[in-house]
Formats: sequence, structure tokens, C-alpha cells
Amino acid sequence: METLTFDLDKKPLREINQFLHGDASTLNGKSIVIENPNGAHNIAVGLKADVEVTIKGHAGYYAAGMNQLAKVVVEGSVGSGVAENMMSGHVHVKGFASNAAGATANGGLLVIDGDAGLRCAIALKGADIVVGGSVGSFSAFMAQAGNLVILGDAGEGLGDSIYEARLFVRGKVKSLGADCEEKVMGPEERKILVDLLSRSGHGDVDPDSFKLYGSARTLYHFHVDNAGAY
Amino acid sequence: MSDQSHKIPQTEPRFSATFDTSTMSEIRRAAATGIYDIRGGGAKRKLPHFDDLLFLGASVSRYPLEGYREKCGTDVVLGTRFAKKPIHLKTPVTIAGMSFGALSGPAKESLGRGASAVGTSTTTGDGGMTPEERGHSTTLVYQYLPSRYGMNPDDLRKADAIEVVVGQGAKPGGGGMLLGQKITKRVAKMRCLPEGIDQRSSCRHPDWTGPDDLEIKIAELREITDWEKPIYVKVGATRPYFDVALAVKAGADVVVLDGMQGGTAATQEVFIEHVGIPILAAIRPAVQALQDMGMHRKVQLIVSGGIRNGADVAKALALGADAVAIGTAALVALGDNDPHLEEEYKKLGTTAGAYDDWHEGRDPAGITTQDPELMKRVDPVQAGRRLANYLSVMTMEAQVIARACGKSHLHNLEPEDLVALTVEASAMAKVPLAGTTWIPGVTKY
Ligand SMILES: Cc1cc2nc3c(=O)[nH]c(=O)nc-3n(C[C@H](O)[C@H](O)[C@H](O)COP(=O)(O)O)c2cc1C
Repeated sequence: METLTFDLDKKPLREINQFLHGDASTLNGKSIVIENPNGAHNIAVGLKADVEVTIKGHAGYYAAGMNQLAKVVVEGSVGSGVAENMMSGHVHVKGFASNAAGATANGGLLVIDGDAGLRCAIALKGADIVVGGSVGSFSAFMAQAGNLVILGDAGEGLGDSIYEARLFVRGKVKSLGADCEEKVMGPEERKILVDLLSRSGHGDVDPDSFKLYGSARTLYHFHVDNAGAY
Repeated sequence: MSDQSHKIPQTEPRFSATFDTSTMSEIRRAAATGIYDIRGGGAKRKLPHFDDLLFLGASVSRYPLEGYREKCGTDVVLGTRFAKKPIHLKTPVTIAGMSFGALSGPAKESLGRGASAVGTSTTTGDGGMTPEERGHSTTLVYQYLPSRYGMNPDDLRKADAIEVVVGQGAKPGGGGMLLGQKITKRVAKMRCLPEGIDQRSSCRHPDWTGPDDLEIKIAELREITDWEKPIYVKVGATRPYFDVALAVKAGADVVVLDGMQGGTAATQEVFIEHVGIPILAAIRPAVQALQDMGMHRKVQLIVSGGIRNGADVAKALALGADAVAIGTAALVALGDNDPHLEEEYKKLGTTAGAYDDWHEGRDPAGITTQDPELMKRVDPVQAGRRLANYLSVMTMEAQVIARACGKSHLHNLEPEDLVALTVEASAMAKVPLAGTTWIPGVTKY
């Protein structure tokens, strides 16, 4: 695999991103290394090619935002909105993630080895997210579709106003949000969990140590008796 | 005696101005249902508006331009600050963001056809971009909303400009609503929601919270689109001076400012009528913010909320806006609330001109519906033609006024050309009360 190295200390981010937006046929199969990210925002956003990008350090907001097809590995921690609105591909954060990790992501897999901050998987629209550590409060708020796997604990108001997303939690949940309830994990859900654990490097973790949460679907229609929950 | 008692004059039945019939009917409705009223449209009460301003025209001290002969430019360029590809429009009247979902596919197509015919832009809405709309709009602005329904980077790249929606005049601080009747299979799929549910859009963006975050978000959108596309920021009119200043600081190319008369597809009535300020009161503080930052005409200002004709356009521009946007008026041009459908409006318990239950999805005009039968009533070619005619008329009307004021371009109109009919309008628009030099809050009477 051909490897290209960019140094963010020497080359402006705009030029690196523009290079990464180049013709997919010339980018496909390439491996790109970005050195000295030093927490810069918007690294490797809007990719749409089968490339592998390795960020050698910490990234700021929106790392790998709106990713399509690419594999982006951050060898450090990330700021808010990592892989926000990802459509496909794979984003792997080896450190911690700040708020709104994987917000509104439609597809692909986001793996965070450490903890994630507030509102992880907010308004999730179909992607898969695996967090090796714990997530902060209000995670999976209004999550519409997709799967969130949490190996650690979840903060307050998990899954508030959730639609059809599935939340698998191994540790403690401080509290559930409105309309989120524990579900029975059937064979179909268990299969999804096993698959996600193995694809995120947690194949040795016992799937039966997780609980499943999802929507009670009582807020799907406006009703006077639900007024207190709105 | 009994004869005489007949002669005691009776007080005629008197309705209360405070408890008028519409107020009382709402109390009864609330008591019966236990839930607030939801409707479409904008504020219906009388508000200080462009009608409260007049142009002075030319006479001895100023001379006019010859109508139809001397040139009066109407074009506008949006996004000159940072975008590599700014937008060039032939008329400053643009079509505001209205979602597919709130509007039918044929209605969106009609908007695209009408706007493109006269060289102006249309805007997507909550719910994403449809091929009908992209296909029929020469210039299409893609809204980037809190809900991110249907948002995807391919459409972002297909757009000619991006509009980050922070708020709307009808409901500053509120999110959208789309009730179950309109969440059909296609709408549900685009928004990634279960079919038939009552959908609420969030009121805050999921991945940024304040003006400093917005700056990074705008930078992200620019990076993703290689700095090509103009980025607008849309706010509902509340604290226009600060909101505009912060949007500019965050890196906006264009600010869209929507007053409380601005329409919505569906919102609580109490929200529509009681939150936000009229556009008349919002333009001057917005322009002041741009001027204080040395950004007037560098960051363009688009205003909306109750724009109906060329006079409104001319007044908005004279107060310092670069362009306007229309929602409700465009729908009326397509055929919304048309009296020829009166029989059907009656069946819905309303009357042509007052129909606003757009959220119920039973619009007889086929515009604010997802019902496949009703939407067939919109012929996109004919409706688009009507919209194009109407947009041309608005543009020509604005030119008539500008020429009368001696201006060779609509953008040369200025506050100097205006006076106010009421003290309120004078204070809000900061132009003198007609016949005086008095501007409350600015000059002494
Ligand atoms: C049916 C309808 C749907 C709308 N949908 C949106 C939307 O999705 N996003 C948005 O920012 N504004 C939306 N608006 C508001 C318009 O963009 C615009 O601000 C407003 O209509 C301007 O005021 P006017 O209707 O008085 O011209 C909608 C308005 C209407 C009438």
C-alpha cells in the first residue's frame, strides 16, 4: 500500500483536505498519515474514497466529519462531533472523544476506545457506535436508528425521546430519558451485538453481560396524557 | 307601564375587544382537547410592517429616472466574502426554505421552475433535498438544520450554497413539527423515521452549541466543500444586532433574518403569535451590526417575513438589506388558499384565505400535503409559470419605486428615501415620521 505523509505543522489543513477530496480512483487504496495534528479542527472531513488516514495525535472538533468509505484512525483523543453525520466507512479513536461523538451518523462504524462525553450518538440515524469506556449524559438523545454499544457506564437521561435505535450497555445507567426502556435482547439483537463487539476489537467480551434499551414508543403521537413527558 | 318598559333602549350586544370571537373559540378548543393549537402560516395579528412606510419619490430636490427607458439594475451577488463561487441572481427576491414533507413534490418542483425562470434561487428545508427540486432549480440553497433530517454530504456538494438554520421568525427557539398524516413512506425514509409518527425536529444543533462552536462548524462545511459554496446563517428575528454580529464573527457569507410574520409549516399558535419581533423592527439593528463591523454589503443580508409585493422589496432594500426571501407569498402564487377551492375549504371548516391547517396534510390546493391524489392538482409547469410571473411583477414594482426615487439600481435605495406613517414604525425603521424630521429615539421632536 502506498503511504503518503502530510505534516500539519508545515502544510495548511485546507490543502490536505483538498488533496483527500481528490479523484477517488487515484486515492483508492492509498494510506495517508497526518503528523502533528495538535488538536486542529476539521481534519479529514468530507472524505469519499477508500483510503486509510492515520492521524498521529489529538484532533479537534469534527474529525472525520461526514465520512464516506474511508477508514480514519486517530491515535489520540478527539474534540466534539467526531464522525458527525458519517455515511459509511470506519472511524477509530484510540483515545477519548468529547461531546456529540457520532452525532446524526447515518452509516459506518465509529469505535472509541476510551470514554465519550455528553450526547454521544445524538440523533443517530443508522450508524453503529462502540464505546470502550463510558458515555456522558443525554447520550442517544432522539436517536432514530442504528446501534450504540457502551462497554462502560451511561450518564443521565440515556436515550431520551429515542426512536428506533438500539442501546447496548454493559455497565450502570445513571438514568433513562423519557420514553426509553429496557428491552428483552432477542437473538437478532444479540447477533448485532456480537458482530459489533468482534468488529471493534472486543470479541472477548461476553455479550450476555449487556442490557438492551430502546423506545417504549409512547411519545410517537402527540397526546394530552403525555404532556408531562414532552 | 308595561308599554313604557318596551321603550327602554337596549344596549346592543357588544363583543369584547379582549375576548374576541377567535380568542373565545380557542379557549373552547383548548378546554375540549387539552392540547395547544398547531397551525401553519405566520403571525396573523396586525403588526408594524412595511405598509407603515412610504417612499418620498423625486421632485424638485431630487430627479427621477425615466420609467422603462433608463436602466434600474436588480441583480445581486451573494457570498462574496469567502466563497470561491458566489451566487449571482437576477432579482433580489429569493424563495425561502420550505421542506419537502411540509410541501408536496410537485409544489417543490413548481418553486424550482418559477424561480429558475426569473434567475433566482430556491431553498430546501427540513427533510433534505429531492431530485425534483435539484433538477428544476438552477440555483439551490441547501439548508443545514438542527434535525439534520435527510442531510448527507453528497447533497451538500450538489448545492449551490449552504444555509445553516439557527432559527426561523415564526418560532425563534423552536424546532419544526410534522404530524403523522404527512410522514408518508417517502418522507419517513428520507428522514429516517418510523412512518406515520408525529415528528418533532430538534431546536438546537446536535453538535455545536454557541457562537464559538458555530465558527468551527462553518469551517467544517467550508472544508468539506473546498471553500466553494457561500454559507448563509439563518436566524429568527429576536436580538438582531447581536445575532448578526455573532454570525458574521462565526464566518457567515450571508445572514438570513426572518421576522415574526414569517410562515411555518406547523408550529404552536402561541409561538407564532408571541415570540420574535416583526421584520420591520429587525432590519436596522441588523444593518447597524454589519456597518459597525465594516461588513455591510460584504456580508449580504437577506430578510423575510411577510414580503408580498415590490413595495415591500424596495422598502427592505432601502433599509439596508441586499435581498429578500418569500415563503407564504410564493405558495399563494402557486395556488394556496385560492377562492376557486372555496367549496372544499368549507368542508374543512374554514374559508379560502384563512386555511392554515397545513400540518393536517389535506390541502385542497395540493401544496402542503403528501396525499398522492391531492398533490396531482399542482401542475408544476403552470404553477411555476404563475410564480415566475409574480416574481417578475415584484421585481418590476420595486424598479418603479427605485426609478421614482432616482435610483439606477435597487441597492441604491436608502433610508433617506423613506418616511414613516406611525410613530412606532418611525422608531423601528429609524426613518422620520412623515412630514417631520422626528425619529423617536434618534432626534428630538
Ligand atoms: C410551508 C412552509 C414550510 C417552511 N419550512 C421551513 C424549513 O424547513 N426551514 C426553514 O428554515 N424555514 C421554513 N419555513 C420558513 C421560511 O423559510 C421563511 O422563513 C418564511 O416563510 C418567510 O416568511 P413569509 O412566509 O412571510 O414569506 C417554512 C415556511 C412555510 C410557509
